[in-house]
Amino acid sequence: MAEMVSMKSMRTPRDCFAKLAIYCAALLVCAAFAWILSDIARGGMAHLSLDFVIGSPRDAGRAGGIGSILVSTALVLAIALMAALPLGWTTAALLAEYVSAGSRFGGAVRYSLQVLAAVPSIVFGLFGNAFFSIYLGLGFSILSGGLTLACMLLPILVSTAESGLRAIPDAHRLSAAALGMSRTSTLFRLLLPIAAPSLAAGLLLGIGRAIAETAALLFTSGYVDRTPGSLLDSGRTLAVHIFDLSMNVPGGDAAAYASALVLIAALLLINMVAMRLATDWQRRKIMAENSNGYSNIDAPRA
Amino acid sequence: MHREPEPTPTEPAKAADDPPLKADNGYTLGPVQAGPACCDPQPLIQVENFSLRYGLKTALANVTLDIYRGCITALIGPSGCGKTSFLSSINRLTDLIPGCGITGRICIDGGDIHDPARDVQALRRQIGMVFQKPTPFPLSIYRNIELPLHEHGVKRRADTVAIIEQVLRDVGLWEEVHDRLHSSALSLSGGQQQRLCIARALALNPRILLMDEPCSALDPIASGIVEDLISRLRGRYTIVIVTHNLAQARRIANYAAFFWVRGHAGSLVEFGHCRQIFESPAHELTAAYVNGARG
Ligand SMILES: Nc1ncnc2c1ncn2[C@@H]1O[C@H](COP(=O)(O)OP(=O)(O)OP(=O)(O)O)[C@@H](O)[C@H]1O
Ligand SMILES: [Mg+2]
Repeated sequence: MAEMVSMKSMRTPRDCFAKLAIYCAALLVCAAFAWILSDIARGGMAHLSLDFVIGSPRDAGRAGGIGSILVSTALVLAIALMAALPLGWTTAALLAEYVSAGSRFGGAVRYSLQVLAAVPSIVFGLFGNAFFSIYLGLGFSILSGGLTLACMLLPILVSTAESGLRAIPDAHRLSAAALGMSRTSTLFRLLLPIAAPSLAAGLLLGIGRAIAETAALLFTSGYVDRTPGSLLDSGRTLAVHIFDLSMNVPGGDAAAYASALVLIAALLLINMVAMRLATDWQRRKIMAENSNGYSNIDAPRA
Repeated sequence: MHREPEPTPTEPAKAADDPPLKADNGYTLGPVQAGPACCDPQPLIQVENFSLRYGLKTALANVTLDIYRGCITALIGPSGCGKTSFLSSINRLTDLIPGCGITGRICIDGGDIHDPARDVQALRRQIGMVFQKPTPFPLSIYRNIELPLHEHGVKRRADTVAIIEQVLRDVGLWEEVHDRLHSSALSLSGGQQQRLCIARALALNPRILLMDEPCSALDPIASGIVEDLISRLRGRYTIVIVTHNLAQARRIANYAAFFWVRGHAGSLVEFGHCRQIFESPAHELTAAYVNGARG
């Protein structure tokens, strides 16, 4: 009997080989990740210290720290997200909820987003330089860098949020309508909370892409390594800094490795925080509007 | 139409003598009544010459029918004859379906529901709907009911809690879920989910309840509980129920409407007292259908 149902005992050499291959592939992926991480850690650990994280770069970055660079990075990221999140999620809501599936307008918007997603980042850099820096007169600045990044993030944010919303069965929309709920509150109170994991996933992808971006920022936010005094100052982001150190600064390798280590740590931290925020928000929306003190409704027995 | 006083068709099914099914403890609707005497029916919903099409395909043609206040009206007929379409026309849910067009009139209390000045949200609030498949939101049990209440202006927590408890008692779910109101509604069984959906509809205190095969996804016991519940709601609500279960229609309904596909469109073949439809149908199609020969 047992031999009949157990897959293990029916293994043929072919199965064994397939299993081996699958494990090897997975191991290879893990190994690649571990190798990159250990390489960076080995190269950068020695250089890493609190002074490095908060200090200002000296000697073209060979010495000193990356404090000003972290500030610029955070500012560029904040601008990009502030511009892209409302625009992207509103567009996604429009495409998923307010535009019929076959509509021309929706198709046009989706098509332009696809094109946008396929544009190489260097082209975004040129566009941002021409449009934000020169045409709008923002120059090499945190603002033009952030806005250029926002354009790059839009396709990611829209497509993840839209597919999240579309994955929600229509039955929920019909039930909500049958309960006399308006479209707006259906969207905000029901659909978006349900789609929160997709929104968070899109957000994380977007942040990852923004933090890693160099080409689009070289021409827009520039590479001045001082702490920016305003959004109209040029500022160097972490990725640009790493690029510069490893390509243009002889003897900057150790600092580049240490910066990369900080970049990866920052990414992990942001991922964790964003995931946490999304689940918290979802839980709040899913449980109750203001969830304090509900849990103790006890049955007044009949 | 039928002037002679008639008792309600059959006694509401007291599903066997199984104690758990006779859930008459603590309900707030008061004692079970057989509903108002239907000898003097007052129409609440008047449907005149109503037709409905999806794109170019006519799904319902020329339906004319009155639905009486406080009574249970069963819609029966084969699959695809437009029962669901008819039901969702009453609360204008068909508005949401692209390409769906209608002609004719549906009046509730004499007012045309397609009047451009009509507030559709207010209309839908008056009309509860329960779908064929249980459709709880993937939220907590509590939030499932709180959400529509909040939308309709019940914002104080004490009120919300009171209403939620009341409707959950009405559907016989309170004892089962009161200690886990904040867990996901999807963790309930199918029958519990369907009762939650009924509770959610009742929470808005509607005048009309539309039920689209509410028991079709349920096992006989859960279905018995829901059926029992529907019988108890008679008189308080005007109920229109679609059912493929003719025995069930016979047990709970005061009136029955038989739909059939003629040509390519669904149409109303016969409408009358439940007993008359089942025992002395005027139309041969009805006779064949209720006797199980066709459909
Ligand atoms: N959204 C829609 N778009 C196009 N056609 C539809 C749509 N909904 C229903 N129809 C068509 O309208 C007709 C009536 O459908 P309806 O769902 O009202 O039938 P029903 O009587 O409820 O059937 P069932 O008993 O199987 O639920 C069917 O022929 C169906 O194909
Ligand atoms: Mg149907």
